[in-house]
Amino acid sequence: MTKTTDGGTVINVMPYQAAGAPASTTKSTTAPAGVRNGQMLRFNVMRFNPADPASVPHLQTYELEQTDGMTLFIALNEIREKLDPSLQFDFVCRAGICGSCAMVINGRPGLACRTLAKDVGPEITLAPLPVFELIGDLSVNTGKWMRAMSERLEAWCHIKQQEVDLTRLEERMDPDLAEQIFELDRCIECGCCVSACGTARMRSDFIGAVGINKIARFRLDPRDTRTDADYYEVIGDDSGVFGCMSLLGCHDVCPKDLPLQTQIAFIRRKMVAEGMK
Amino acid sequence: MKVVYTDVLVIGGGLAGLRMAIAAKRRGHDSVILSLVPVKRSHSKAAQGGMQASLGNVIKGQGDNEDVHFEDTVRGSDWGADQDVVRMFVNTAPKAVRELAAWGVPWSRVRKGDRQVVINSQQVTITERDEAHGLVAQRDFGGTKKWRTCYVADATGHAMLQAVSDQAIAASIPVHERTEALALIHEAGRCYGAVVRNLITGELTAYVAKATAIATGGAGRLYRVTTNAVICEGIGHAIALETGVAALGNMEAVQFHPTGIFPAGILVTEGCRGDGGLLKDVDGHRFMPDYEPEKKELASRDVVSRRMEEHIAKGKGVKSRFGEHIWLDITLLGEKHIKHNLREVFDICKYFLGVDPTKDMIPVRPAQHYTMGGVRTNHTGESRTLKGLFSAGEAACWDMHGFNRLGGNSVAETVVAGMIVGEFIADFCDKSENDVHIPTGVIKDFVQREQAKLSGILLGKGTEDASAIKARMQEIMTAKVGIFRKGSDLEQAVDELQKLLVRSRNIGLRSSAPGPNPELVTAYRTKMMLKLAMTVAYGALVRTESRGAHYREDFPRRNDAEWLKRTLATWKSESDTLPTLTYEALDIKRMELPPGWRGYGAKDYVDHPDTPGRQAEVDATKERVTDRFERQKALLEYEHLLPHRLRGKNERIDEPMAAAPMRRTA
Repeated sequence: MTKTTDGGTVINVMPYQAAGAPASTTKSTTAPAGVRNGQMLRFNVMRFNPADPASVPHLQTYELEQTDGMTLFIALNEIREKLDPSLQFDFVCRAGICGSCAMVINGRPGLACRTLAKDVGPEITLAPLPVFELIGDLSVNTGKWMRAMSERLEAWCHIKQQEVDLTRLEERMDPDLAEQIFELDRCIECGCCVSACGTARMRSDFIGAVGINKIARFRLDPRDTRTDADYYEVIGDDSGVFGCMSLLGCHDVCPKDLPLQTQIAFIRRKMVAEGMK
Repeated sequence: MKVVYTDVLVIGGGLAGLRMAIAAKRRGHDSVILSLVPVKRSHSKAAQGGMQASLGNVIKGQGDNEDVHFEDTVRGSDWGADQDVVRMFVNTAPKAVRELAAWGVPWSRVRKGDRQVVINSQQVTITERDEAHGLVAQRDFGGTKKWRTCYVADATGHAMLQAVSDQAIAASIPVHERTEALALIHEAGRCYGAVVRNLITGELTAYVAKATAIATGGAGRLYRVTTNAVICEGIGHAIALETGVAALGNMEAVQFHPTGIFPAGILVTEGCRGDGGLLKDVDGHRFMPDYEPEKKELASRDVVSRRMEEHIAKGKGVKSRFGEHIWLDITLLGEKHIKHNLREVFDICKYFLGVDPTKDMIPVRPAQHYTMGGVRTNHTGESRTLKGLFSAGEAACWDMHGFNRLGGNSVAETVVAGMIVGEFIADFCDKSENDVHIPTGVIKDFVQREQAKLSGILLGKGTEDASAIKARMQEIMTAKVGIFRKGSDLEQAVDELQKLLVRSRNIGLRSSAPGPNPELVTAYRTKMMLKLAMTVAYGALVRTESRGAHYREDFPRRNDAEWLKRTLATWKSESDTLPTLTYEALDIKRMELPPGWRGYGAKDYVDHPDTPGRQAEVDATKERVTDRFERQKALLEYEHLLPHRLRGKNERIDEPMAAAPMRRTA
């Protein structure tokens, strides 16, 4: 938030752009905070338990001592074990590969497990990802959203022959093409792109960069039998690729550095061409 | 009472669970998958380096086939594996890779011509064949004679999980995310489903099914330092154990991976060493050739982990404020290779260590990695004692890994066992004798029993803190039931775990918030995990020999004469504080590869009296029969054990198939 000249308060629509450091080439959330070991960290955590009628959304503050190598995974677990057993959050791999722990860290969506407290402290504000259904506190239902998106886009490889002879040599693929497909297949469905998306805040049916990237991935794959006409059916409107306003918050926050900017532009061009036919 | 009926209830949504559900669904049986988390977040995702399958496409894999893969796997297991199952596995693994290739996995592919690789710390040029261009590539891994590990950069499990879960969505298989099975419903030796807790609302539902399959992965979180995800708490193992009927096999067989980053325990792949990375000590000396001149860094994981700890014990570890570690040096692989083929490793080093692995060495130390033990099944994946209960993947003791699993064989097992066991589940459901005729009263009793347990924790006046008990258990397991084990430590561990188990009956909560209540989750899981920890510690105490990953300092030799057998643990009564152990002998007279030296690690072992006789028979057969297929058949006929649609040879560049395809499946 910033103060205006007349003393009022403006809430940024895209708070992650104002807070934190400008996106570096590695797009990490590092800030030159210089927190020392032993220094106290203050965690301001958004609390709300929808299952409890008495619960109202509020920020709750916890204090922990900074230790070497303390990630937000370590910190939140310590808070839950020692200070507040009711705190809800999600971690699975704690190694930055599964996408469970995306949350808004000092106004910017990111993976909590691989964020070092010293890089974002000493004052750390944590909130659940917007757009997704809230389960409680920092836990949101990204899985439900992603499954619905996948079903809507039919985000699977529509294979040529239903019957493949498994005793035979596999079909060949150009090694470079395999690498290009993998580059787009690296998405971990963490939801950061959706939570940083201006369109997704306004249109609940928007498929987000995650969806567009999936279409780009299958479009590239010769094993998928679909054509641009098929893809146009599922993303050729404002809830699809034409809903994107090119704000590209998605690209800035993607923890896997997926080339979302170019993929969205590319798919949009292809879909325009298809629509003009 | 809420009840959901389905044909197949799959507990666990990783690769094994998904693949079983797809198999059953394709055969016309409705399946529901329960998963603690969205399935694409399952721990299958963490398989980095790759999946073993003897395709033999790369030049360094030339000559590879099922026979070589079989021998590597059995040697790796230290002869603990079921050789019928290993045969079923190695013959199906190439089919699994090819199925996944068709389903969209972007396997790294062979590029014809010259390329630079690092072998034994030397830059070497190898030339890939023209005819291999575009086929699935393989890399080197520990404990293998040939380059056999198929991979997608170093995110193999991720790419496999994407494709398989996408196919599950395509097949409209429902996944009930954020649900947890708390108990199996069973009566008179027959399993009928599970009592399931919703981890969003906290409510209980009974799922009733003809077939129930446990595919919940490993139990790494019994240990303080583990590469496993936080969800790998072994609850699937525990609900099987708590039936008192199903048995867990070989729970003392726990693998430690040589290269967990220090101190966090996050995995960096074996592919680092497979691709040419080295282990170095405090002096920058490459020490593995001193211990293992043949396989060096690429001996099996149990051996490399022990050598690292042995070297640290000699004072050659690198001291840091968290303790001592070893260096993993991959700088010699070059920036391009690291950023392309070891990209996850690069990210992990950057984010968690602040280290650039293209320039700096990586601090590593062995960390708990894999649970060889699990729900003991027969070759069909069905429990031998609880009908209608199946298991596959890390949660199962099928048993293809014995006492040590080879790198690249676990993610391979998930899909291979998923394919095979999925077919057997479909067979099971096809039979009308397996229809469910269970009174709702029985279902209600199970639900009420679980509800009573939860209420007891929630509303009781317990005074013990679940987190503290769990942390103590993890500490004991890491300190006393780890890489090096000895009787006195194990006795102390068993003793203290028993006390913790008794204390865990008096766990109380500080929070009674409605909804999922994470503290309640920790409480009920801790009680289950303690029983499981006990099967590991007690099994390790009783097994007075060393085999594979189970190493007893006081009994350093493998003892086939007394211990060529599988441990079976059951939990007979809720008031027990120890599991009941029985043993299942392995039959040497049926072994295609009788026990011998593994080719790495200790060379002395105590032979079983049947070994020389069987070895002579095997040698005579090998002498007599030259065709490898005929020879294999003469030694250990197994093909009749496979489901029909998964039988058949595997084509290779060097073993082309002329005739029209025999069987089609996908």
